[in-house]
Amino acid sequence: MKPPPVKYARAGSVQEAVALLAEHGGDAKVLAGGQSLVPLMSFRLARPEILVDINRVDELSYIRQVGGSLEIGAMTRQRDVELSDVVAGAVPLLPLALHHVGHVTNRNRGTVGGSIAHADPASELPALVTGLAGELVIVGPDGARTVAAEDFFAGPFTTAIDEGELLAAVRLPQLPAGTGVAVEELARRHGDFAVVAVMAAVHLAADGTVDLVRLAASGVDSVPVRLHAAEAVLAGAASTAETIAAAAATVADSIHPTDDVHAPATYRREMAGLLVERAVAAAVERAEVKA
Amino acid sequence: MSDKQTVSVTINGQTYTAECEPRLTLADFIRYTCGLTGTHVGCEHGVCGACTIIVDGRTARACLMLAVQADGSEITTVEGLADGTELNPLQQAFRENHGLQCGFCTPGMLMCATEFLEQNPNPTAEQVRECISGNLCRCTGYDSIVKSVLSAAEKARS
Repeated sequence: MKPPPVKYARAGSVQEAVALLAEHGGDAKVLAGGQSLVPLMSFRLARPEILVDINRVDELSYIRQVGGSLEIGAMTRQRDVELSDVVAGAVPLLPLALHHVGHVTNRNRGTVGGSIAHADPASELPALVTGLAGELVIVGPDGARTVAAEDFFAGPFTTAIDEGELLAAVRLPQLPAGTGVAVEELARRHGDFAVVAVMAAVHLAADGTVDLVRLAASGVDSVPVRLHAAEAVLAGAASTAETIAAAAATVADSIHPTDDVHAPATYRREMAGLLVERAVAAAVERAEVKA
Repeated sequence: MSDKQTVSVTINGQTYTAECEPRLTLADFIRYTCGLTGTHVGCEHGVCGACTIIVDGRTARACLMLAVQADGSEITTVEGLADGTELNPLQQAFRENHGLQCGFCTPGMLMCATEFLEQNPNPTAEQVRECISGNLCRCTGYDSIVKSVLSAAEKARS
């Protein structure tokens, strides 16, 4: 038995989960898909006193459109999101990004909420939520509150979820029809943690100028980053190779990569710029211009 | 000491019920409690894919699930593929195409390929490579494994 001794409680509802978290405070850890938490326990890097298993909280497993947003329950399996027609229509960047999250077997169990709450600065979903200006719905003893993605991620593996609270859902603004999307990721092997990943969504006006652009990167800072400066260069401009290169040139100053065993900071910085250039060019190529 | 929990699962059509500690992984439950040692345990932290099984119709890494979480589940392990001593077509294809050497990774490869071929009966070699990208083979037999899966797919179509 590799994981440390731990107690186990299975929640049947959000209310039960929140009550269990309130009872056990910082000694409790929420168990969703287990694709990050269980390995951390096996390495004894995480030693919670008690696991609050939310796998059977059915009310947290859903995909629905609410107004102009796509809302996904925190327990929704990544694989279900990846294969959902509703998701493909509303936020086509999401299935594309999920394709890079581990392997099919991980995505069968892994959840949208788990990946976001885990807040690994290299992982794809936190970057996507940040880039698309999504919102996170957090429930606690006093009810639900909503936090903007850029305020949600506080540092590596650290979020705005307080002790006794639970991530319940993520809301993403729908992308307009015809938006081109692209993910460019540098990883040692497909499914490995990203060294650098870039996600792009571009919508073009009838005259070919950019009227919506969303850019995000992971693996380049202590938190996922929305690339505001690069977006500003592209917004309203003609989507030429020169503009795209000018946007990519801003990236190096928008990020704070660090050295680690996988890659030095200088390399990550250079790759981030290159991947932004590629991702934007691909998204522009895929965007449909209505005549 | 942690409070023990009762776990009851159906594996390859047979029901197993036992008391276990919450920290017991499903992989260890299957091997030690149920005595089904076909499911191999390599890294025990979700990297090697050797312990891949099918839980309620989908592949899962048995080292990344706790046995308590599987309570009430329907599980298929590699022992559930063959009919007695009769290999199933995918296993037969592995045998004919040298899809295994030492055999350590084979259970995980077979379970991943089983799910994959159900969802994609007409795959390209590249798709097969992606299917097994989460499974490590240290005999470096990937090429033969890809051939085996493609051969099984082709036979199923003809």
